[in-house]
Amino acid sequence: MTADVFDFTVEAPAFADVAQPGQFAQIRLPGHTLRRPISICNIDRDRGTLRFVFQVRGAGTEELSRYKSGDSLEILAPLGHGFPLDLPGRVLLVGGGSGTPPLLGVAAQYRENAVAVLGYRTASAVILEQDFRDMGAKTVIATDDGTYGYSGLVTDAARQEQFSAVVACGPLPMLRAARDLAVERGVPCYLSLEERMACGIGACLGCAVSLVDEAGQPYYGHVCKDGPVFPAEKVAL
Amino acid sequence: MTDLSVNVAGVGFHNPLIAASGTFGFGREYAEFYPLSVFGGISTKGTTLHPRPGNPPPRVTETPGGMLNAVGLQNPGVDAFIQQELPWLSRQGTRIVANVAGSAVEDYCQTVEKLNPTCVNMVELNISCPNVKEGGAQFGTSAQSVYDITRAVRDVCKKPLMVKLSPNVTDISEMAVAAEHGGADAVSLINTLTGLRVDIRTRRPILHNNTGGLSGPAVLPVALRMVWQVHQKVKIPIVGLGGISTWQDAVEMLFCGASALQLGTVLFTDPYAPVKIAQGLSEYMEKNGVAHVADLTGGIRPW
Repeated sequence: MTADVFDFTVEAPAFADVAQPGQFAQIRLPGHTLRRPISICNIDRDRGTLRFVFQVRGAGTEELSRYKSGDSLEILAPLGHGFPLDLPGRVLLVGGGSGTPPLLGVAAQYRENAVAVLGYRTASAVILEQDFRDMGAKTVIATDDGTYGYSGLVTDAARQEQFSAVVACGPLPMLRAARDLAVERGVPCYLSLEERMACGIGACLGCAVSLVDEAGQPYYGHVCKDGPVFPAEKVAL
Repeated sequence: MTDLSVNVAGVGFHNPLIAASGTFGFGREYAEFYPLSVFGGISTKGTTLHPRPGNPPPRVTETPGGMLNAVGLQNPGVDAFIQQELPWLSRQGTRIVANVAGSAVEDYCQTVEKLNPTCVNMVELNISCPNVKEGGAQFGTSAQSVYDITRAVRDVCKKPLMVKLSPNVTDISEMAVAAEHGGADAVSLINTLTGLRVDIRTRRPILHNNTGGLSGPAVLPVALRMVWQVHQKVKIPIVGLGGISTWQDAVEMLFCGASALQLGTVLFTDPYAPVKIAQGLSEYMEKNGVAHVADLTGGIRPW
């Protein structure tokens, strides 16, 4: 899609049947000890496919990017908890860079009731704009350097929208700003987090994330099993 | 038919594969993949007298041929283990090895006393966790302290007692001998090798704990060598672990002197590894006319 973002569609009917937007997959790469956690971009139950849009971050994702059409991948999926799909009213999707793909599956559910505000570094890094529009979601693009769409932060662009819930995926400062915006408007907010991960299923306790319990006490939960999507008020950002 | 069953310190395991502590939680997650009876036993997540929150993230990172972890013994405490995990786990058709960690001799003893009246089949004394301050490794790095803690726990422990040894020592066989003299019924080795990786952009260690424990295929040759050395020095059985990821690795570990094996990091690469390793081991034994796993133990022919 760009110099370092790749778009795979994988035939996996058994996974497509049960996968939910916001869940992820652990993809095995030969020679690597740890699988690579990749978010599910979209799910096509009719075709029995999962779509993955991922950015090359290191050796593993670089090797993944070299797979060709017709190759086989060993995948554990679907893992974790996805986004809620029963939010009432208009849902604001806030995405940043490589955090935008998992929101496409959410847009596919809410369609005209979704407004996607997606931020990228620069014009050449913009991905999935037409895909979000094709879902029927109102789609606003922002770039940090102003080379395309709204010039500035995605959360500033989002202020001009009316919405009754927020879901967000992207870098930490963006997640904080999305949460603050939701608090300001008094609407529910869900955040998709990431952390370095090993088992992917909640056994090794590697992908710790700081959460707060009902009494306001901090504790470590885990992105793979408790998330990757969390209610914003449960996360100590 | 080959017989995969083994006996370690009086405990019968229906096959020699035991899930390694810290990689398998209390079994619930992997029970979604297969019946836990795929394993002869499960060594449960390192459990302490009181709950522990664990270390701040990042806790894991991949390395060539392996990974580093510094989870920091996050666990709900021994009472929660006994009340919330053990009743379910005891119905899964596999032996339960309770891995016990602590920061003081009294903690270990009190934790073990709480396990005495339970259905746990064996206690594994973790004196080798490299990832918490006073998390046990200080007991595992001198022969005297290995002896002292083994002796103290032995006096209160009514279960077969296995001591898990650290490779971060000058001579691991001295530690094994100290554990044996202290009254251990078995030793397991190796725990992880302390390592470090640095993010060259931020100059920060990748793990928040700075250092972490190295595991995975990269450590297998070290583990084989250490098991071989220990086998020449002690009479008690050895449970071998460290980087086993194929059935061939498993056979090598048995030849070096292990009576049973633990599988850990390989589960992250392939959760089905125990199924494949048990199958491969069984076929190997059949082809080579080996009736019992114990016939492979120590079968190495050194030059």
